[in-house]
This record gives sequence, structure tokens and C-alpha cells, in this order.
Amino acid sequence: MSTHLQVSQGDRHRTPLMSAAGYAAMVLVVLIIAVPLFWILITSFKERQDIYVRPAQYWPSPATTDNYRDTVTSIPFPAYFRNSLIITALLAAAKITLGVLSAYALSLLRFPGRNLVFLIVIAALMVPNQITVISNYALVAQLGWRNTFQGIVIPLAGVAFGTFLMRNQFLSLPTEIIEAARLDGAGPMKLLWRVVMPMSWPTLVAFSLITVVNEWNEYLWPFLMSDNEKTAPLQVGLTLLQNNEGGNNWGPVMAGTVLTVLPILILFLFLQRQMIKGLTAGAVKS
Amino acid sequence: MSVMESSALGAPAVRSGPPPPVGPPPRRSGTDRREWLLAAGLLLPNLALLTMFVYRPLIDNFRLSFTDYNISAPTGANSVGTANYVEWFGRDDTRTIVGNTIIFTFATVIISMVLGLALALLLDQKLRGRNVVRSLVFAPFVVSGAAIGVAFQFVFDPSFGLIRDLLSRVGASTPDFFQDSTWAMFMVTTTYIWKNLGYTFVIYLAALQGRRIDLDEAAEIDGATPWTHFRRVLLPQLRPTTFFLSITVLLNSVQVFDLIYAQTRGGPVGTGTTTLVFQVYQETFVNMRAGYGATVATIMFLILLTITFIQVRVMDRGTKA
Repeated sequence: MSTHLQVSQGDRHRTPLMSAAGYAAMVLVVLIIAVPLFWILITSFKERQDIYVRPAQYWPSPATTDNYRDTVTSIPFPAYFRNSLIITALLAAAKITLGVLSAYALSLLRFPGRNLVFLIVIAALMVPNQITVISNYALVAQLGWRNTFQGIVIPLAGVAFGTFLMRNQFLSLPTEIIEAARLDGAGPMKLLWRVVMPMSWPTLVAFSLITVVNEWNEYLWPFLMSDNEKTAPLQVGLTLLQNNEGGNNWGPVMAGTVLTVLPILILFLFLQRQMIKGLTAGAVKS
Repeated sequence: MSVMESSALGAPAVRSGPPPPVGPPPRRSGTDRREWLLAAGLLLPNLALLTMFVYRPLIDNFRLSFTDYNISAPTGANSVGTANYVEWFGRDDTRTIVGNTIIFTFATVIISMVLGLALALLLDQKLRGRNVVRSLVFAPFVVSGAAIGVAFQFVFDPSFGLIRDLLSRVGASTPDFFQDSTWAMFMVTTTYIWKNLGYTFVIYLAALQGRRIDLDEAAEIDGATPWTHFRRVLLPQLRPTTFFLSITVLLNSVQVFDLIYAQTRGGPVGTGTTTLVFQVYQETFVNMRAGYGATVATIMFLILLTITFIQVRVMDRGTKA
């Protein structure tokens, strides 16, 4: 499952022309990606009247943190942030646990119909959210679970991709070690904790990271489930802020955007190798 | 299902399943039953959740598509037969919405794959700072579509946005991204490609670096031009990756809701950037016609299944040839 991302050894000698083209491409793509990000960032530090000038200013002068103060005080951003943390933590814990346990049963335990069960689990990947939201919404509303955390979390807690990812990992472990542990009398759960998991940390980390990223970024379902700051996560809060401020006051909206994406970008900065491995899993041979 | 198949195809790293279980020492049936019970216990919560919140609503959605169900009045759903389907095929906005979906999906799939591959080819060499560039290009992929949609609404703002400023500096005028449907489609499509480029790029780059060097050397000895080398040596080796990307990017982009909602709310002029997914939301939760929304969702699902099926078939034929 390991994605091949080490770079140097595959590099072949190229002509100066190629390398010039490579540097040109790098500069171009850096500009395309970084300039909008820079634009968003500087806007969040501009005073209101400096946002609405032509030609635009590419450095906030004077710089101000008023937009951030407005964002945190005028709308319940801290509450959205708390909700995001709660939803992400609950969903990540549920998905990682269920994913590991399902994958273990589907890879290293023996029981009739195992392949059929595996198919049932991963066929869920082919069902788009949009086809399930209507009926799920009706069910959750009937239970009185709108604007509750269980209403947001439980319908999203089933795990298909993670099961697939962890199952592949478990199947890639050397069978001799597993057999040896079994012969030593390790029971199935002991085998999982003492033998299988210690050899599977990198994949588990990758799986955990993509789960955290995906749940933090989740939009449609929490958006349908939450009317207010009681349960709405940051992403939903951000579009509510956009509704209220939008076109005529971009400063706080950009500040809100920066605050919303910052936690994930920080995580990415420190754990990008594992994160890329998880997000690109299944695509590339090692 | 084909997501799995695609992954399996694209990932020979996955030991081609040793499911016939590992070395079977004869076991007593008591142990077997215990193992069976344990497996059931481990799988049950996940299976229950998937059944309850994926498969049940999938079937229920099909049933609802034949009713006049209203999401805010959950008691009275009357059967309307195939009226919703007849309506869908006859309605004026269907053509626009299907057109938007096709443009958005195919433009993002094709352009982000072509650009990702081109960038990967150019950066598949020793270059100073390449890893930093790779991280930077990948970063937007981990950021939420809602946040990018909100932020890029300002980037494209026709009065005070970044694009307007840059265009006016070279003396060009700015199209009205907010009022003109065509340009609004351009805006959401470009934004989504910007977000996704890192994904296709990183996967193509990793695939290129895992390729067989002996084939490159053989091509060099044969005096192949760069183009022949690319067409005859690189592209065939990248085939599983291309297939994998075509399916994952397609499935992702056809389902985009957050970015479009944040950037345009499906407008301008009603359905300017409305895709099928967005229409499901619009009909169900705004127009309060969940029955019709369920119909659109069913049609979309069938289209997706068909496309994926065709992709798998094409790929199968390709590998056999």
C-alpha cells in the first residue's frame, strides 16, 4: 500500500533544456497556487476601505487584525470551532476503530462468506452522498436528532474506504509472523494488538490523517443537520458568515476562511508525507 | 465497487490477495465457531451503520422518486408513478443542468489530469526546491471546498477581486463572473481544477518515479524522440494510474456540492452553475420537492454507474490488447 514518494533515486539525467523547462514550470505553478493564497491572506489584514480600491494593494498598509477580532466576536466562531473539534474527534475515533476492526476480521479471521461481506462493505464507496441524504434526513429528523451531534456523527460513521485501506495493509503482512504468533497460542485479539497493529502504524497514521481531514472538511451533511451555532461546524459557519457579510465586507470573511483552513494546513505542514500517502493510497505501486 | 477495482488495478503493491487463508493448520470446530463469532462481533457495528445509512437510503431514495414526498411534511407521500421522471425528461432546465454537470465534470477530469501529468513530466528530474513545490501544489487539495469556494468568490470578484486587478494591469477587461452564466461556470470549474491539480500531479509523479528505467534506456539506445518515448514508453506504463485517476477524479468532481454552494449558490440566473448534485439539494430542501429531488438523485446515480462500468470495460479491453 505504501505510496512511493521518495524522489531522488528515480531521477534520470536530463538536458539543460529540460531542466530549464522544469524550473519554468515550477515558477509558474508556484505563482498560480500561491498568489491567490497570498491575496486571501493580505485581504484578511486590510482595513475595510483598503479592500475596495483600484488598483488593488498587494500589502496591507496599515495592517490590522480587526477582521479577526470581528470574526471571533461578531459571529460565534469559537462555537463553530468547538463544534468542528467535537464532530471531527467523534467521527475520527469511530471510523478508525470500526475500520481497523472490520479490516482485521476481513483479512485475518476465517469465516464463511468473508469475500461477500468485504464486497458489501466496499460497494458502499459507489453510493454517492447525494442519493442517501434525502432518506437519511427524513430518518434523523423523525428521531428528533437535527441540531444534535449524534444526528451529524452517526449517519457518517460507517467506514468503507478505511476498511479497504487497512485490509490491504493487514494482507501485506508476512504470513510467517502471523502464523508463528498463532502457533505460540496468541488469541485473535492479542494477535491484533501485539502483532498486527505494531507492524501497521504507518498505514494507520495515514488512514487516521485522511479521516481527520475529510471529517474536518465535511460539508453537506452537517450543513443540512445544523441550523445554528449549537452544532454547526466551521465550514458551515463560514458560509453563514459569507451570507451575512459577503460582497460588501470581505475582510472578516477572508479572516474566517484563514481560521477555518489553518488547522488543516498546520497538520499538513508537519505530517504531509503521511497525509499524501493516505490521500493517494491505492493509486501507485511501490 | 469499481473504486475498489480501480485501486486494486492501480496498486500492484497490494499483494494480489492471499485470501485463501494463511497456512491452514487443522483446527477444532470449537475454535472455528469462536473465530466466526468474533468476526461477526467486529463487523457488526460497521455493517449495521452502512446498512442503515447507505444501503437503506439508497433503496428508499428509489422508492421516494415515485412519490410527491415533501421533506418538511414527512407524513404524506403519495405515489405519483413515473410522473417525476416524465417531468425531468420534459423540463427546460434539465438540459442546462445536465450540460453544466457534463462541462464541470469532464473539464475538471481532463484538464486536471493533463496538467497534472504535464507538470509531473517536467518535474520528474533533479530540481532544487521540487519537494517544496510539490507540497505547495498539494496543499489546496486538503483544504475544504467550502473555504476555497468562499475565498475564490473574492478572488473572482468582478469589482475588487484579484483576477480583475491582474487583468486591468495588462489592460484587459474583466468578464462578469457573478452575473454571466458561462463565466460563472468558468469560475467554479477553474477553482475546482486549482484545488485538484496537486492530487493528479502527485500521483502521476509517484507513478513516473516507480517506472522501469531499463525501458527508458532501451528507448534512448533506439534513438527515440522525446515524443515517441512519451507515447510508446511512458504512457503505456502510466495506464493503470490514468485509469485510477479518471475514475476517482470523476466520482469526486461529479459530487461537488460545497464549492459550488459557497461560490455561486447554483446561480446566476437560477441554474447558471447548477449541477445534478446541486439540483438534488435545491429541489429537496429549497423547493420542498423531495420526491423530485430523489428522482434526480436516482438518475444521477444510474449515469454514474454506467460511466464507471464503461470505464472498467475500456480498461479491461486495454489490458488485454
